[in-house]
Amino acid sequence: MTEILVVTSGKGGVGKTTTSASLATGLAQLGKKVAVIDFDVGLRNLDLIMGCERRVVYDFVNVIQGEATLKQALIRDKRMDNLYVLAASQTRDKDALTQEGVEKVLKGLEEEKFDYVVCDSPAGIEKGAHLAMYFADQAVVVVNPEVSSVRDSDRILGLLASKTRHAESGSGEVRQHLLLSRYNPVRVAAGEMLSVKDVEEILGISVVGVIPESEQVLAASNAGVPVILDNESLAGQAYQDTVARILGEERPLRFIDVQRKGLLKRMFGG
Amino acid sequence: MGILDFLRAKPKNSANVARERLRIIVAQERSTRGGPDYLPLLRSELLEVIRKYVHVEPDAVNVVLESDSGHDVLELSVALPETEHDNP
Ligand SMILES: Nc1ncnc2c1ncn2[C@@H]1O[C@H](COP(=O)(O)OP(=O)(O)OP(=O)(O)O)[C@@H](O)[C@H]1O
Ligand SMILES: [Mg+2]
Repeated sequence: MTEILVVTSGKGGVGKTTTSASLATGLAQLGKKVAVIDFDVGLRNLDLIMGCERRVVYDFVNVIQGEATLKQALIRDKRMDNLYVLAASQTRDKDALTQEGVEKVLKGLEEEKFDYVVCDSPAGIEKGAHLAMYFADQAVVVVNPEVSSVRDSDRILGLLASKTRHAESGSGEVRQHLLLSRYNPVRVAAGEMLSVKDVEEILGISVVGVIPESEQVLAASNAGVPVILDNESLAGQAYQDTVARILGEERPLRFIDVQRKGLLKRMFGG
Repeated sequence: MGILDFLRAKPKNSANVARERLRIIVAQERSTRGGPDYLPLLRSELLEVIRKYVHVEPDAVNVVLESDSGHDVLELSVALPETEHDNP
């Protein structure tokens, strides 16, 4: 069985692509056969974050339109041979993605015995975002501790419960995971930022992980290495915890309180 | 709360303000979700009409669509202000 996992949010720029790259890589590190697909037609980004931009020959839309086979379009990761990327098309034709086309590609991946297909959704609630979530078995809703992001994620949670294949056919529910990203415990302690508890209470769902705001995320994207591979970084460790929880392991949340070290560092300028 | 307390009040904790605003808007949007697309507009037009007569806050009008044994029931509730004397 292939699990289809969408990473979505509603609001743009909250960390969907960063999350897709890290979750896909983390699942592959644990031995799963994984494909990660960029659904952001016209704004290809995932290839850069995964570090395979120079190896894109064919893309998602080429496969849908029969111009390339799935095998030709899947880019094997340089670091792990059980991880593949399917790049977004740079076409400006937003109608290039169709429901039948997406279904065909997902079926093809199932035949190739993939364990997980991670779908990196574009922002918004238009066609691309709809198609990215439509076939999902599980959803990771990325939210930032900020008013517009929280409101949009509630909207997305509503769509996941009504506008997906599972909801429409009555074949079960999309398993929903809320991932709180760009969290800054110092600002939360100062009363300047919504806390984990605030977000959980407002949305009525508990978080599957909390990714701290971290400079290493930018460094990782500069290098084209998903941040989960940076074992030293707090964001990377938080993504590793998140992958474990998605697979059913229980792990306590980390990095949600102000670090003592941070305080000493501030006092002594270390 | 007296005027002195009001003047002495510390600048509001902005995360608390965010939390309260979100509680209200999320509850409001959930109540019209899944219903016909005209519900949010219906709600704001109702609000406008009600405000001709009573001054109510924007979140005072609650519209809920419920299904009751085959019928769809549109339930409206309006929270009126505490005293009738401060009407516009
Ligand atoms: N935990 C984090 N700490 C610091 N910066 C982050 C973090 N997560 C994401 N970012 C930064 O935020 C920006 C947006 O991230 P990303 O591209 O993953 O968002 P997105 O949701 O995919 O955006 P879009 O909606 O445009 O597709 C990037 O510059 C990324 O480096
Ligand atoms: Mg993106």
